[in-house]
Amino acid sequence: MKRWLPLIIFAAMVGFFAKGLFLNPREVPSPFIGKATPAFKLPLVGQPDQTFSPADMKGKVWLLNVWAPWCVACRQEHAALMQIAQGGLVPIVGLNWKDKDREAQVLLAQVGNPYVAVPDDLSGMVGIDYGVTGTPETYLVDKDGIIRFKQIGPIDQDVWDNKIVPKLKELGA
Amino acid sequence: MIPELGHFALILALLLAITQAILPLYGAQKGNLRLMSVARPAAQGQFVFVAFAFGCLAYAFLHNDFSVENVARNSFSQLPEIYRFTATWGSHEGSLLLWALILAFWTTAVSVFSRHLPDDMVARVIGIMGLVSTGFLTFLLTTSNPFLRLLPAAADGNDMNPLLQDPGMVIHPPMLYMGYVGFSVAFAFAIAALLSGKLDAAWARWSRPWTTVAWSFLTLGIGLGSWWAYNELGWGGWWFWDPTENASFMPWLAGTALIHSLAVTEKRGAFKAWTVLLAIIAFSLSLLGTFLVRSGVLSSVHAFATDPARGVFILGFLAVVIGGSLALYAWRAPKMLTGGSFNWFSREALLLANNVVLLAAMGSVLLGTLYPLLMDALGLGKISVGPPYFNAVFVPVMAPALFLMGVGPLLRWKEASLPDVVTRLKWALGVSVATGLLLPLTLKGFNPWATLGLSLAVWIALTVLIGFRERLKNAQGGLMQGLASLPRSFWGMQLAHLGMALGVAGITLVANYQAERDVMMKVGDHTELAGYSFTFLGANQVPGPNYVAARGLVEVTRDGKKVATLRPEKRTYNASGMPMTEAAIDPNFFRDIYVSLGEPLEGGAWAVRVYHKPFINWLWLGALFMFTGGFLAASDRRYRIALKKAAIPAGAVAQGA
Repeated sequence: MKRWLPLIIFAAMVGFFAKGLFLNPREVPSPFIGKATPAFKLPLVGQPDQTFSPADMKGKVWLLNVWAPWCVACRQEHAALMQIAQGGLVPIVGLNWKDKDREAQVLLAQVGNPYVAVPDDLSGMVGIDYGVTGTPETYLVDKDGIIRFKQIGPIDQDVWDNKIVPKLKELGA
Repeated sequence: MIPELGHFALILALLLAITQAILPLYGAQKGNLRLMSVARPAAQGQFVFVAFAFGCLAYAFLHNDFSVENVARNSFSQLPEIYRFTATWGSHEGSLLLWALILAFWTTAVSVFSRHLPDDMVARVIGIMGLVSTGFLTFLLTTSNPFLRLLPAAADGNDMNPLLQDPGMVIHPPMLYMGYVGFSVAFAFAIAALLSGKLDAAWARWSRPWTTVAWSFLTLGIGLGSWWAYNELGWGGWWFWDPTENASFMPWLAGTALIHSLAVTEKRGAFKAWTVLLAIIAFSLSLLGTFLVRSGVLSSVHAFATDPARGVFILGFLAVVIGGSLALYAWRAPKMLTGGSFNWFSREALLLANNVVLLAAMGSVLLGTLYPLLMDALGLGKISVGPPYFNAVFVPVMAPALFLMGVGPLLRWKEASLPDVVTRLKWALGVSVATGLLLPLTLKGFNPWATLGLSLAVWIALTVLIGFRERLKNAQGGLMQGLASLPRSFWGMQLAHLGMALGVAGITLVANYQAERDVMMKVGDHTELAGYSFTFLGANQVPGPNYVAARGLVEVTRDGKKVATLRPEKRTYNASGMPMTEAAIDPNFFRDIYVSLGEPLEGGAWAVRVYHKPFINWLWLGALFMFTGGFLAASDRRYRIALKKAAIPAGAVAQGA
């Protein structure tokens, strides 16, 4: 029996590997999917006298993109967001997360602004309410304010075509 | 044209590998000398064709042939020539071709340096390596062909991953693969011995130098990899417990156990089954590492292939090679008679204990690496296992191994006397514990981890010295003469052990006493760290061959005297737009001063990270000692004598036939 032990352990490992091959290690399920968007009210970048709240988007399907000027991956994602904004299929709200150096307004003026509104989450508390693990992350919210999908990491062509667009159609955007 | 020639050469290499596998193995089973004699020419021919294919791919990279998809994806016209060459193995396809090339190289080396071995042994060893070659060449040709054309050709390439554009990356992968793949020789010897049923001391003696050389390369490869991470990633870290790092570290742990177990099997004829199993495990872990990295089954900063078809192929191959070997082992294990009884307190017993500890350490790394995958496959959720787990588990497991390392070489085989050893070692033990306790007080106060690490490092170093003194006690002539007369295997072992002491000391000191500071600096700003003063003199734009860099200028002074001027860079690569941090380091024997540039801030200010890393270079110095020690041990006189003695009868047989 003892001499068969290495083979048995190895066989079990192969079983796990076979299963693991068809899993995506980067796909982390969010407990917020199917739940209502946590409420907040934040001033807008550049217009501190105005505010944004998820309730303002009631009746619309929209994307909440959590980004930051200091985030390199967000810069990569920026071009894709500009295209989406130009396509006009879905409005994007850009939650400016922990922008301690106050760079968002200048940056968006330089590179272009894909957002319909840019709420300013300076303390990062709203991000925590949404379970943000890192930037960029994007939430797809339906007409009733329920989170339907979450993308961790930048949105690229593949994510847009194969994950977001089908969901948008499903939700009637 | 050239890529097609390469493709064709690869197909011919596969056909030769199949020949090299089947005919000699069948011949050895049937006792047919003519079939067995196919082994050497087939192996050498396979090497020639794989090398030719590799040359063709390197040519395509060096000449910017962007009609080859692999070149277009992984190279760039502005890339400096040296990196265009290393880009040959910078991709998934290219690195597998390098794997196949190095495997063919080792096989050819076996075919050349095996004149003294029995014909059936050589035929089996080369045949088994042929089987492995067949698997890898089939994998290359069916799922990962590096010679595929891109029509129409790309105007320019996508550039090599900027992370890989570093001098450390030039030789790190070849060295690592020399180690990984080198374990295939030990594996082939073990399987050949299982097939023939002749598991004797001779088998251990034959495979020992090969294993030691492979282990040396692996040590150097891992050392270079950590040096690369330290220089290139800009966080001042040198080991991240990343799955890819673990994939190279696990075969190293198993290989370390194997070289020690082989010593017992060669000298005393004991542990045969265990040694065979370790040889299988060491190479299996090399293959497993390839699977983990190449299949994308674990997410990692290094992995660049995520294609289920490839994963399924490698997994199937893994199941056949490893599963087959372990089944063969289970079937043949009862035939292996264990010779050489020994007492619980003897060199054998301590080596066995060391082996168990090393395998336990390997198991803890394996568990940590695979745990996220296990949880995910069982549907128990997504988790990640990070450095806190590995540090908490690995360090306590390795500590006893380091203690035993000091005692083992000073014990007699078969039976040693405990009171005698205590008398010989009590001073060394006292001095190492005292150093471990007192040295931290001169630094930053008492710290149990620093005490443990330093005591163990001093302990190993002192026992090495005692080893030399005891060997020289009865030597004739002067000290130099005595030292020169010691066998290379003794020198090799002691040098490698001393390397371990250096490494442990370096790791302990840098882990417990490094200092870092993350500051915003405007031009002219100062910051202080560990007695050094850093002045930021501004940053300017500097064009590179395929990037633009912001180069900062930081002057380091100590007590008003200038120590160094450091130029850390933040590079933006032209083709990919990827930003990269290039740290600037002022190294010396006792510490590194490490400065890296973070992000540019408002008003010409920069986020600057400065580190003081005491004794970090001892870590890589230790790896270099181990590498040198391994080579010295493998070149010991007794292996060379065996070669010379055997050359004569082998030649006579050839003439007679």
